[in-house]
Amino acid sequence: MDNMQTTNGLQYLPFEDKIAQMDRQIEDLKRSAAKEGIDTSAEIRCLQREETSELKKLYSSLNPWQVVQVSRHPQRPLLRDYLNYMVKDVRELHGDRCFGDDRAIVTALGQIGRERVLIVGQEKGRDTKEKIACNFGCPNPEGYRKALAKMKLAEKFGLPVVTLIDTPGAFPGIGAEERGQAQAIAVNMMEMSRLRVPIISIVIGEGGSGGALGIGVADRLALLEYAYYSVISPEGCAAILWRDGAQAPAAAEALKLTGKHLLKLGVVDAVIPEALGGAHRNVHDTIYNVEQYIVKTLRDLKRTKIENLLANRYKKLRSIGDPSQNVLREKAPAAKPAIPDRLSAAAQLDLARESSPEEALETN
Amino acid sequence: MHVCPECGYHFRINGPTRVQQLADEGSFEEMAAELISSDPLGFESLGKKYADRIGGAGKGGASEAILVGKAFIRGRGVMLAVMDFDFLGGSMGMVVGEKFCIAVDRAIAESLPLVVVSASGGARMHEGVVSLGQMAKTSAALAKLDEAGGLFISVLTDPTTGGVTASFAMLGDVIIAEPEALIGFAGPRTIYQTIKIELPKGFQRSEFLLEHGFVDMIVKRKDLRSEIGRLIDYCGK
Repeated sequence: MDNMQTTNGLQYLPFEDKIAQMDRQIEDLKRSAAKEGIDTSAEIRCLQREETSELKKLYSSLNPWQVVQVSRHPQRPLLRDYLNYMVKDVRELHGDRCFGDDRAIVTALGQIGRERVLIVGQEKGRDTKEKIACNFGCPNPEGYRKALAKMKLAEKFGLPVVTLIDTPGAFPGIGAEERGQAQAIAVNMMEMSRLRVPIISIVIGEGGSGGALGIGVADRLALLEYAYYSVISPEGCAAILWRDGAQAPAAAEALKLTGKHLLKLGVVDAVIPEALGGAHRNVHDTIYNVEQYIVKTLRDLKRTKIENLLANRYKKLRSIGDPSQNVLREKAPAAKPAIPDRLSAAAQLDLARESSPEEALETN
Repeated sequence: MHVCPECGYHFRINGPTRVQQLADEGSFEEMAAELISSDPLGFESLGKKYADRIGGAGKGGASEAILVGKAFIRGRGVMLAVMDFDFLGGSMGMVVGEKFCIAVDRAIAESLPLVVVSASGGARMHEGVVSLGQMAKTSAALAKLDEAGGLFISVLTDPTTGGVTASFAMLGDVIIAEPEALIGFAGPRTIYQTIKIELPKGFQRSEFLLEHGFVDMIVKRKDLRSEIGRLIDYCGK
């Protein structure tokens, strides 16, 4: 296993104490080997084997909160790593032709495998300067409008669209509201639902709510093994429903935001495996897996006639959470006369007035 | 009308009241009222089960956060969808999304204008990504209505935020807002916590959106019926 197993700059997550300790031991053995000329290779190999099996054990049973932590790992490959390793001949296109150029969303022409595509993705930035420049991966409306403008370009010239999602969410700021964050996301979803080229979306890190969906309506939606996709951040959910942001681990559990659960719910089409111990431990292998998924999926999608592709895309969107199987059962008679559910709203109101005028007043 | 006669403040009203105010008397024929959520996540927080809140949990006896049906507004036939803030904060889950799409389908099939009155805190966390998916689902359905040449009048009322604003509410051919309604993507508290800057007065109110070009007109509650009727005469089939 060719993992980056040295302690050279690798940052450990809170649940990786044992791994960190093993790495230190290996490092010590290497150092003493170099200094004193003792052959420690047998011990090192043994430790490495042990560490590999420990990593396997640990990462095969991460809980949802741990997955969220891996997805936010400071060394996790970012959009630009994908552009560097997976896309040939990248030509970035800038600007929404309206307000500005949002650095949180990158749009670029490029070649993946033998396929020319448009890549749309969110960039979080690695160091502080970059992070500030791209607003920590939280797009503003002009980012979504840039994405749509370039997708229209791709549509015009028949280029498939590949979107790589990695955002904590669309930016909640004054400027974002003034320039119509909600409207920008809404229009993107509507237009992507009928864009006349194949679309593949892959969540490579954080799939934060509407901010992710704004570039995430697709024919195929995949998730990296330790990425998450959620309607709200675990912290946000915990702050509202647990009244305590520190309950994020419990919220992460309840939100069922990992690939395994999302597959079961039928909201994602595939989970792409990461390198052992997470994408940051072996960037190349992970990105290679993503590339393979894109190449294979594009081949399938391109075989489908565009009319059928659009019909299937719509069918898929319409079937998300179809409740038609669940119908209201008769309620048990309550102390007060229960309001029949099937009456029209006006009739319900009349009944409510009759049965309890005070209550009707209160609720109106 | 639930409007303060002194200052013109528009109080929040629940779904059935809204229907009664908007539709011609007795004209509302509700559809798909029997749909309830399947609780796809088996969601539970602090020992409270989402499953226990499904079905008839609203203060006004509503069984979900939206009412849809055929109605007449000043004699014009419409497909009407009205959100109910009293049911889990008017949040959009699978049932809201599905009922909305049923309304869109019928609007297309019967060439009726679609009138949607929003009042919602956003997507319903208790349904996780399934509720998030409703944003894409409803937006895609509106693309179909658009292609069919149908008219969609979106009425934004206090409050319309989050995943509802960021999907169908902002996709109206014509967008109307009631006076001083809170309308936005992120809630004011979230924004304050993120940027720690005092928010400007009137921020995210209807008048603010009008000024920034995101709603067509602000209409007082008492004039909604006549304005909608007029718009239908201009744009409807």
